[in-house]
Amino acid sequence: MTRKQRRLTLIGGSVAVLAVAVGLMLYALSGSIVFFNSPTDIAEKHPSPATRIRLGGLVKPGSIERGTDLRIRFEVTDGKSDIPVRYQGVVPDLFREGQGVVAEGTLDAGGVFDADTVLAKHDERYMPKEVVEALKKSGRWEEGSADFAGDKKK
Amino acid sequence: MIPELGHYALVLALALGLIQSIVPVIGARRRDAALMGLASSTALAQFAFVGFSFVALIACFVTSDFSVATVVENSNSQMPFIYKVSSVWGNHEGSMLLWVLILSLFGALVAVFGANLPATLKANVLAVQSWIASTFYLFILLTSNPFLRLAEPPFEGRDLNPILQDPGLAVHPPLLYLGYVGFSMAFSFAIAALIEGRIDAAWARWVRPWTLMAWMCLTLGIAGGSYWAYYTLGWGGFWFWDPVENASLMPWLAGTALLHSAVVMEKRDALKVWTILLAILTFSLSLIGTFLVRSGVLTSVHSFANDPRRGVFILGILVLFIGGGLALFAWRAPVLKQGGLFAPISREGALVFNNLFLTTSCLTVLTGTLYPLALEALTGAKISVGAPFFNLTFGPLFIALMFAMPFGPLLAWKRGDLYGVAQRLMAAFAVGLAAIAAAFAIEGGASVLAPFGVGLAFFVMAGAVVDLVERTGLFRLPLAAVAARALGLPRSAWGTAVAHFGIALTLLGIIGAAAWGTERIVAVKPGQTISLSGYDLTYGGLKQEPGPNYSSVVATFIVREGGETIGILRPSRRSFSVREQTTNEAALMMRGVGQLYLSLGDSEADGALAIRLYYKPLVLLIWTGGIVMMLGGALSLSDRRLRVGAPRPGKKPAARPALAPAE
Repeated sequence: MTRKQRRLTLIGGSVAVLAVAVGLMLYALSGSIVFFNSPTDIAEKHPSPATRIRLGGLVKPGSIERGTDLRIRFEVTDGKSDIPVRYQGVVPDLFREGQGVVAEGTLDAGGVFDADTVLAKHDERYMPKEVVEALKKSGRWEEGSADFAGDKKK
Repeated sequence: MIPELGHYALVLALALGLIQSIVPVIGARRRDAALMGLASSTALAQFAFVGFSFVALIACFVTSDFSVATVVENSNSQMPFIYKVSSVWGNHEGSMLLWVLILSLFGALVAVFGANLPATLKANVLAVQSWIASTFYLFILLTSNPFLRLAEPPFEGRDLNPILQDPGLAVHPPLLYLGYVGFSMAFSFAIAALIEGRIDAAWARWVRPWTLMAWMCLTLGIAGGSYWAYYTLGWGGFWFWDPVENASLMPWLAGTALLHSAVVMEKRDALKVWTILLAILTFSLSLIGTFLVRSGVLTSVHSFANDPRRGVFILGILVLFIGGGLALFAWRAPVLKQGGLFAPISREGALVFNNLFLTTSCLTVLTGTLYPLALEALTGAKISVGAPFFNLTFGPLFIALMFAMPFGPLLAWKRGDLYGVAQRLMAAFAVGLAAIAAAFAIEGGASVLAPFGVGLAFFVMAGAVVDLVERTGLFRLPLAAVAARALGLPRSAWGTAVAHFGIALTLLGIIGAAAWGTERIVAVKPGQTISLSGYDLTYGGLKQEPGPNYSSVVATFIVREGGETIGILRPSRRSFSVREQTTNEAALMMRGVGQLYLSLGDSEADGALAIRLYYKPLVLLIWTGGIVMMLGGALSLSDRRLRVGAPRPGKKPAARPALAPAE
């Protein structure tokens, strides 16, 4: 093989691997990404029951009901709309009334959000950024009302 | 007084950094030994000043000086001593100071151990290193001063985030930073080579030890971080494809590729341009990682307190170094001479294959990490890209890479014989097939893919052994000859085999934990027994226990296997009063290389306690594999030919290289 042929082999091989990788990425991106929604988004858009979504907002005070077998129901609110959530499992340590929460799952036909994951892996002064923005959009966010958005330097 | 001294020392380090950024370059142009020699002195002085500054900050934390804002935000007088020290880097300002400390440490190491480098190369390397250091000094002084004083000091600090109050977190950031920042050496060498327009095999020999050292630290840092997440987050996951984890994985992938391409360059004088590019890219990924973690575009436990100015500043640094590095590359790379020829099927070809797959898999991780950010910036839609994406993209590429792994070291340079290598790997194929059969028999069809993964892991492990057997002539030659050959074998050959064995161990652990792990999430009442995978756990009850700066609730579970008591698990939850936060302390029990994992949830209304119980077979292999890889790196680093300052021909007794692997 000449130097040129070798280089072509090399480039051809690289392009093939890259093409495969890009194909895989496009395929994966079309199937496995999850969109983030605020309760208002869900109330307005009514996503179809099949799509997996993330729902973020605050746990509505007074809405937590614990059942047997680790079943729990609560409502996620952004001040404008509330979405009831159903979950079975152990909620994270920081899951509390009035605190930010992100639930992942699907919406059932009755408008109840069936969560299979509940996230709140942030500390008490902190709120997931998506939640802050959802609250800002609904006009419920007050700058400095709580030290939520992270730490403001003095 | 101490904070001011620390601050002042940092300003002096900046002044030295600026001098070192300019003078040695001029010296190298004019071949002026005095100007070039200046770089070594300033590099040592920089390290001394940054070191002083760092010690000053430690002093502020240890003495709980609450007139310093960083201390107030992240420390508390009640904390145990070790966490007072580790909270120095458990916050944005302090961790940036640690970053520049390590940067200046590497500069000082070049100054001390780079005596064998050509004078101009050394001067240029130190200058480039100082460009990086100076921008980061500026960043700290202008946007993240750790020594900022408060006019009215409070009586008590706000405590370190309890989740970070863990011995693992005391060592994880320094190791990770040694890795991240260590790749700056590869970058500096690459830029210096481009400035000089000259690069050869000796260059690769100088760069490889630094890259290897950084790679070892990064490997250990990633493994440590993964184990920490596993036992503190309370749900037994060991890798989350969290952007912050990806930020550390990307430089690791690129750095691994760099290590391999540097071999080709050193041995065969080929792939020179590519190696230079890879050196620039690896450090660029370290910088991108820093940007992602430090700028606040991501939300995670790592993102501490954020300030938009910092993000913009780091973005500026990023553009400057990545853009500048690549522009210099585009301008100067054509000057570099082409290297040796090789056939596609050859050791070089295998290493190209390795590079191709490593960089492509790195690209998929980069895409998955940045795509949500780009999409949000462009359309406002918020998405999360999680494990399914990476399993589909990164997974297949890495599996292909693992399958090719045993072939590489057995192929000859220049022109290899794939058929011959496959024949020599027969034993490894047999081991792999036997492992697949055994895995199917043991699991009884629980998962179809897992046994093939096990087979692949065993194939790679056996391949590493075959490599050593072939090289030492075991089973072919008399034992004395084998011993002699084993001793004469370059340490880097041992290192290769050991590191490849390590990654296969990690793969085995991942498969075991992911495919054959079992879990139960239930509510239990005192006296109740639950069973999982042959283990019976009886809940004894809850108890309050005080800690130094928290109070904890400890549950007791007696564990039995086949009726016999084998131990007690005591998972707990700690409540930290200062931040009103609780942490979960999972209880772990080793079962061979598997683990029983028990963590606590909330108490139910009826007095029952929610628990998560996992049995994770083989899980310890994940991190053991990381340690084995690191040891492989250490073996390679101890290779005579790779000592810092090589090449120096001739046999020297095994005097320890000046640069022993860190710790």
